[in-house]
Amino acid sequence: MGELARRSGGPLLALVAVVAFWLLFRPEPAPADGKVHIRYWEKWTGAEENGMRKVVEAFNARQDRIHVDYLAISQVDQKLLLSTAGGDPPDVAGIWDYNVVVYADYNAIQPLDRYLERDGLGADHYLKAYWELCRHQGRTYALPTTPVSVALHWNRKLFREAGLDPDRPPRTIEELDAMSERLTKRDAAGKIVRMGFLPTEPGWWNWGWGYFFGGRLQDETGRATMVTSENVRAFDWVKAYADRYGNRDIQVFQSGFGNFASPQNAFMSGQVAMVLQGVWMANYIHNSNPSLDWDAAPFPYPADRPDLVNSTPVGSDVVVIPTGAKHPNEAWEFIRFLQSQEGMEMLCDSHWKHSPLSRVSENFYRRHRNKRIRLFYDLARYGNTFTTPRVGVWREWQDEIKTGFEQFWINGKKPAEALAYIDQRIQPKLARYHANLNRN
Amino acid sequence: MKGPERVAIKRKRGLTRVEKTNLRNGLLFVAPWLVGFGLFLAYPISMSLYYSLCDFSVLQPARFIGLENYRQLLGDEAFLQALANTVVYALAAIPLSILVALSLAMLLNTGVPGMAVYRTIFFLPSLVPAVAMGILWLLILNGKNGILNLVLGTVLAQWGWMSLLLLTLVLLVRSGTPDPPHLKGRKPGRPRGRYLGAGLAGALVLFLTWQSGNTAALGSCSINLPSWLSETAWVKPAFVLVTLYGVGNSVVIYLAGLQDVPVHLLEAADLDGATWWQKVQHVTLPMVSPTILFNGIMAIIGTFNFFALPFVMAPGGQPARSAYFLAVNLFDNAFLYLRMGYASAMAWILFVIVFGLTMLALRLSDRHVHYGGS
Repeated sequence: MGELARRSGGPLLALVAVVAFWLLFRPEPAPADGKVHIRYWEKWTGAEENGMRKVVEAFNARQDRIHVDYLAISQVDQKLLLSTAGGDPPDVAGIWDYNVVVYADYNAIQPLDRYLERDGLGADHYLKAYWELCRHQGRTYALPTTPVSVALHWNRKLFREAGLDPDRPPRTIEELDAMSERLTKRDAAGKIVRMGFLPTEPGWWNWGWGYFFGGRLQDETGRATMVTSENVRAFDWVKAYADRYGNRDIQVFQSGFGNFASPQNAFMSGQVAMVLQGVWMANYIHNSNPSLDWDAAPFPYPADRPDLVNSTPVGSDVVVIPTGAKHPNEAWEFIRFLQSQEGMEMLCDSHWKHSPLSRVSENFYRRHRNKRIRLFYDLARYGNTFTTPRVGVWREWQDEIKTGFEQFWINGKKPAEALAYIDQRIQPKLARYHANLNRN
Repeated sequence: MKGPERVAIKRKRGLTRVEKTNLRNGLLFVAPWLVGFGLFLAYPISMSLYYSLCDFSVLQPARFIGLENYRQLLGDEAFLQALANTVVYALAAIPLSILVALSLAMLLNTGVPGMAVYRTIFFLPSLVPAVAMGILWLLILNGKNGILNLVLGTVLAQWGWMSLLLLTLVLLVRSGTPDPPHLKGRKPGRPRGRYLGAGLAGALVLFLTWQSGNTAALGSCSINLPSWLSETAWVKPAFVLVTLYGVGNSVVIYLAGLQDVPVHLLEAADLDGATWWQKVQHVTLPMVSPTILFNGIMAIIGTFNFFALPFVMAPGGQPARSAYFLAVNLFDNAFLYLRMGYASAMAWILFVIVFGLTMLALRLSDRHVHYGGS
């Protein structure tokens, strides 16, 4: 027996290795249901993943030709890129609006114009702000799924405690600063225990402060316009918070904040009384601290610039058909269902967000769980909307802004100098980008 | 096999049948490795050298641009800052990790009872995956609620008591240390005074701490401790600290090296009346110098490739790129900015630096490293 084991050990081991290899890498058996299976990669997890799953299931149940295999994927933008480069992309992918330009420049995603024309979908079907996000150099490369607009959320209970009218949010930046001062509290040792407003909480739109003061990041020729009086004014305003409350004190205070999606979130736990947040916030408040007495209003504007009322950055999750997808036509069938008023309202309702479409049913608003849903829709529709610059080097640009921002926010540099630093870093990258575009 | 016979046949036909079979079998056995090396190492490495001379975004064919990437790198502030950060970090982390690891190894080699337990405890942290360690240290280093600042704050606020406590501990340890075996019997009995003094001091500390209301002191420590990861001046020291937490691997290697220090040399030094430090300096260190060299080279490679911890703990090198390290900068360029050619050029510069430093270490070691066999 021992001899047998010794002699057959090697081949047996080899057999096990071969079988394991085959099990790991065998080709997927073709589904026997006779349907075309399309692969859909999407970024969401948790409740948001399930929201989209419902839409996918509705589509799968409604017809018997196509079956969407829905897969939640982390870092979907990077994996989409590598799978496209490798020639085996999914048929549909859900990415972010700022990815569209890069992927379109590299021909990694397909223009959707022929499908849109065939099925009569176009600009009038969407809110202008979101439609523009999906276009690049005269073509449409993506379509919106769930959209974003942003507003000031405030804690009504803390307003009452500070002797402020809980129904009267700040309308101008000056009012915001004054109310913030009244809401801010320190303990006996002088440590900050609450702030009225903190520009870096959550800090997701630090690139956009200039727009709230009438500035912009880029001119028509594509050059960066970092050092303008509006942008300097915006960053000076931000830095005034660091100067007034002490940047070290703020660092310590801020390091006590928990994760965004947790009850320890600065706003949910009452550590910051007013925050700039997106349309999704109602959903997260509901999950983390349902008893929070909150409301939302457009972010304030500088008193001398009333034309800037209702300013908001807009963005959107989008779906695309990657280049090299095996079933682009079937992928489009699914996207078209998703873009119908019914599909879109089903999805956006599950995410507590507004619809990116130009027509919205009354029923959608009636049953919507976000009590300020009309505000976010109206901001996107009628407000002063702005987006990240539509260039392929936005990721680098954003990182430069982040670094420049920290230079004055943490290290006390002059905002104008930080803006000049960002400008000097990004101009050559933009020039390189435009030169490459012209060559291709 | 019979030697002369083989030689005779070989002269006639070059290779014998058996030799050919052996060659074939040998090549077949190494084939998986050769194929793997070629496909997964040699090919990518040579391609990255080529791509470093190209504008390459993965999705489009590479365009040859000569040395343009290298030229741009020299003027890229982010890269130069990452380089400077990495060098500063390496200058602190390499000597400190050698010092700490070697000291720990020597402590763990003293033969105190329960040594296996202590060794395990000091080795355990190096089993923690880097990402988990990053998340863990994010909590420890938190400026407001972190346990490090809580402990530091308590120690500093109670400085007087703590120093007394430390003194007591030292006295206790000294009085409790057994004499070396060969000195046993020379000094009969131990002075009871030391026990008494230590006991008294300890009681005093306990009493004073109780008196001052320790809990109150805990809550309102007024010392300004840094928010380690959000202040540009403290973030690199914080990373050095985290690195030192993971020295367990080198401790094990040093321990193995220390086992090889000949006992007869130590005994000879004892008989010559050498002090503890003289023995360390003239016997232990020269005998473990090859191990120190090995660990030093591994530390050079490790610190210049420092990636997982800063990637998790300081995304984008925040604050203000003060925690931006070369490998993170490389990753951002490759996978976020899609500049594969540029990232390849960075990788080659990184390689040249590490290679150069390793060569330098080997060259310098000629004079200072002692190999037992030679």
